[in-house]
Amino acid sequence: MTHRPKLVLVGNGMAGMRTIEELLKIAPDLYDITVFGAEPYGNYNRIMLSPVLAGEKTLEDIFINDDAWYAARGITLHKGKQVTKIDRVRRRVEAADGTSAEYDRLILATGSNPFIIPVPGHDKPGVVGFRDIADVQRMLDAARQFSKAVVIGGGLLGLEAANGLMKQGMDVTVVHLLDQLMERQLDRVAAGLLQRSLSERGLQFKMPAQTSEIVGDEHVTGVRFADGSELETDLVVMAVGIRPNIALALAAGLYCERGIVVDDTLLTYDPRIYAVGECAQHRGALYGLVAPLFEQAKVCANHLARYGIARYQGSVTSTKLKVTGIDLFSAGNFNGGEGAEEMVFQDAARGIYRKLVLKDDRIDGAVMYGDTLDGPWYFQLMRDKTNITDIRENLLFGQAHIGDTGHGDEETRIANLPDDAEICGCNGVCKGEIVKAITTKKLFTLEEVRLHTKASSSCGSCTGLVENILAITVGGDYSTAPSRKPLCGCTEATHDEVRAAIVGQKLKTMPAVFRALNWNNDTGCPTCRPALNYYLLCAWPGEYEDDKQSRFINERAHGNIQKDGTYSVVPRIWGGVTNPAELRAIAEVAEKYQVPTVKFTGGQRLDLLGVTKEDLPAMWGDLAAAGFVSGHAYGKALRTVKTCVGSEWCRFGTQDSTGLGIKLERLTWGSWMPHKFKFGVSGCPRNCAESNVKDVGVVCVDSGYELHIGGNGGTKVRATDFLCKVATEDEVLEYSAAFIQLYREQAHYLERTAPWVERVGVSYVKRCIVEDAAQRAALYERFKYSQTFAQIDPWKQRAEGIDAEEFEPLLEVQA
Amino acid sequence: MSWVEIGSLDDIPHLGARVVRTPQGDIAVFRTLDDQVFALRDACPHKGGPLSQGIVHDHRVTCPLHNWKIELASGEAVAPDEGCAGRYPVRVENGRVSLNLVPEAADA
Ligand code: SRM
Ligand SMILES: Cc1cc2nc3c(=O)[nH]c(=O)nc-3n(C[C@H](O)[C@H](O)[C@H](O)COP(=O)(O)OP(=O)(O)OC[C@H]3O[C@@H](n4cnc5c(N)ncnc54)[C@H](O)[C@@H]3O)c2cc1C
Ligand code: SF4
Ligand code: FES
Repeated sequence: MTHRPKLVLVGNGMAGMRTIEELLKIAPDLYDITVFGAEPYGNYNRIMLSPVLAGEKTLEDIFINDDAWYAARGITLHKGKQVTKIDRVRRRVEAADGTSAEYDRLILATGSNPFIIPVPGHDKPGVVGFRDIADVQRMLDAARQFSKAVVIGGGLLGLEAANGLMKQGMDVTVVHLLDQLMERQLDRVAAGLLQRSLSERGLQFKMPAQTSEIVGDEHVTGVRFADGSELETDLVVMAVGIRPNIALALAAGLYCERGIVVDDTLLTYDPRIYAVGECAQHRGALYGLVAPLFEQAKVCANHLARYGIARYQGSVTSTKLKVTGIDLFSAGNFNGGEGAEEMVFQDAARGIYRKLVLKDDRIDGAVMYGDTLDGPWYFQLMRDKTNITDIRENLLFGQAHIGDTGHGDEETRIANLPDDAEICGCNGVCKGEIVKAITTKKLFTLEEVRLHTKASSSCGSCTGLVENILAITVGGDYSTAPSRKPLCGCTEATHDEVRAAIVGQKLKTMPAVFRALNWNNDTGCPTCRPALNYYLLCAWPGEYEDDKQSRFINERAHGNIQKDGTYSVVPRIWGGVTNPAELRAIAEVAEKYQVPTVKFTGGQRLDLLGVTKEDLPAMWGDLAAAGFVSGHAYGKALRTVKTCVGSEWCRFGTQDSTGLGIKLERLTWGSWMPHKFKFGVSGCPRNCAESNVKDVGVVCVDSGYELHIGGNGGTKVRATDFLCKVATEDEVLEYSAAFIQLYREQAHYLERTAPWVERVGVSYVKRCIVEDAAQRAALYERFKYSQTFAQIDPWKQRAEGIDAEEFEPLLEVQA
Repeated sequence: MSWVEIGSLDDIPHLGARVVRTPQGDIAVFRTLDDQVFALRDACPHKGGPLSQGIVHDHRVTCPLHNWKIELASGEAVAPDEGCAGRYPVRVENGRVSLNLVPEAADA
């Protein structure tokens, strides 16, 4: 690899190095990389300077990559060298000390400078900004020698500086131009609450106040204000704002406005030069938080790696204040205004305040003080532009109040949990292990935590907890969930975009999808292949040929793989009703194949566990001969229809729930879905079939049938939403099948109906299924059409020899 | 020598695997999209999951039990996971696949 193109990065900070790391992940050997950094060390986590100042973290804790890291990746690091010149014609950068480097591609990530108000005396010793390690060291030195400090600026940074200095034992006054703290993030009420609790902790405030001069001879001794008053002090921290550091770019003749202007690929007006981070201006916006900068880094790396498919489309941001013990969250437009409505909740006694700003039935902004656990949830709803009409009533009270009885309580306790508290029940991972991995391995994202600790990598129910731990441990607003989620690492396209392209561009094979949507490899991965296989199958029933190598093993082998590599066999028992002949047949099969365990499942049928793979086809053949078909207990497919005895026997039964369940199962079995799907049919509202936690629950009543949707009894319990009431069994069949087809056509792969219904809203489902008779009929027709290809028993086919090689060893070598 | 002819290349599906039973345990024989063939002990270094049952992508297989990713060429788990499934030499001649039942030395 002698002629690798040269990539130079100017600015060894959070955005620049993130870009390099993203690039190394996808194209590790493409460039010969040189990095210039004005600061004399490898890169570090700048946002953690606040906890370092407060004495809650040490400098070692916050370093991200040391010299050895750069060396191991063949990256030349010029630390402590400030680039002073870019020669765009010769494609060369030069540092103050004469060190130079040539480039084929250049990234500018020079960040910002703290804005220092140019009042007389602003350059005296004892006046500092709050931006880098040197600033923090100066403040810590001052705290050792002196007792009084003034922080100018009552914004996020100023308050974190003030809190830190106070923790270091100084007597601190915050000076702010306005009469309200953090006016860019908080409304008046929240700002008042914040100021009150900071005062209680010992901070003093002077506001509104305009600084007119820094006084002192050799060293700062005080601050004078426009009204003539004066404050004595030994240290002045200026935290009034930042200015993008664009001097170098301007001198090189690059087009800049407030920042270096970049397009959606992070390219500047010079096609060889990219800019990322706080110095870049995208669609008129500048960003000063890491989450958007990390999104930029990912897109920039994608282009540097020559995939050329990612687009940065701007970010919606949220903020939190990193003062231990103070919970504050702010996002979007929190001040209302034209066309906006406000919802406010206040509990003065507990110091809790919460305001949501709504516009067009969507969350437009949020401010929370005191209890911010629901912040990320509101933020998600806001970024997804979810219509909140259906949950409006309880929206203000938080996620725990909208049918989710999942892990709400645990979240409240998360920060106080002991290190040995188990977070991930599936993989036995404790809080301490997660925290340790985050700090020692410098992890930033949920994905990284999953990889390194396995927490949240199985059933996913602890994802919220892990995200919380991540936020608490790394601080700030790490982008735990990017606003636009690509289907997987092979593509930039989202699930919805992929589904739309398959239908819109008539893509009918997996390679066609790979090509049309710029997959970055030609074999996909275990995340996208099963999803694409399903999407294609759903879009082109009868045409698309199932790709079994893209099925998870359970679906490929038509049985559930067990921990010892054997399989389980669950024959379909229609509606949970059986008879002596069927039971006898199952008993004989169990004996013939020496099945170690026979168990009733939670879905009203029998599970034969511990069957070797080679025995499966013969056993299925025997079951088929006795009239059984596959129960699809292994599939993202129709699973069970749970019924109760109903009017046939029960003294309360209003309708024939058992018979209706059997009809539903006969109609829908064999159907492949985004995830598994279960019905419940209860004969009366006593609900013995647990219809209220099923994907579709039918509750028989005297006058007909209530249809309920989107329930889940699994990892995260969710009760169903009421869809509508119908009068006849035929209608139950039609509405249910139409609902299934809507879910099949629109949900994301591995999204069950419960989260899907929450994402699109019950009203949407009602509009499609209940209010629009034509759409309902069309959905029903499409469902029945696809069933003509799906209702072929996979077990019988395999007993007859299809895919025989799947079940046989290639060869048995004798000893 | 312990080379055994195990079958033809087309007996193994693209992006799939077949199992060879041996007295020392199962060996998984994989075929990639570009028709390369690899053989590993059919036991994941994590908890012994049958790698032959996983999804093959690029030159890797993802274990069906807990999604560890294993490099087919080396048998090594992809970082940050650590561990190695033993490798066996394989060769393809005129469309016939042969397997050597003596595992390769761990660090070869
Ligand atoms: C066999 C059975 C347990 C039993 O012995 O009763 C079972 C066994 C498994 N369940 Fe279940 N579930 C069984 C009823 C249930 C029920 C109860 C029900 O259906 O009424 C639930 C809660 C209801 C629901 O789905 O909302 C249930 C919620 C889950 C979940 C959580 C799903 C969720 O959306 O939160 C998983 C994990 C998943 O699917 O990702 C799961 C996954 C599994 C897997 C497939 C785990 C795995 O990946 O290997 C287990 C396979 C064992 C096997 O090889 O057979 N199982 N599982 C039940 C089979 C029912 C059947 O006849 O098909
Ligand atoms: C105390 C503090 C707390 C913060 N808290 C949060 C928070 O909680 N959440 C959040 O999201 N964000 C927070 N931020 C903001 C966040 O740190 C920044 O948005 C982020 O670091 C910007 O990244 P960047 O790469 O653009 O700039 P930087 O990280 O500043 O990196 C720029 C680097 O380039 C170097 N450089 C500049 N010019 C040159 C040159 N000519 N030659 C060589 N090197 C050069 C600089 O020395 C610097 O090291 C905080 C910032 C501070 C200071
Ligand atoms: S059967 Fe279900 S609940 Fe039981 S261990 Fe398996 S996944 Fe967990
Ligand atoms: S046994 Fe392979 S990942 Fe666990």
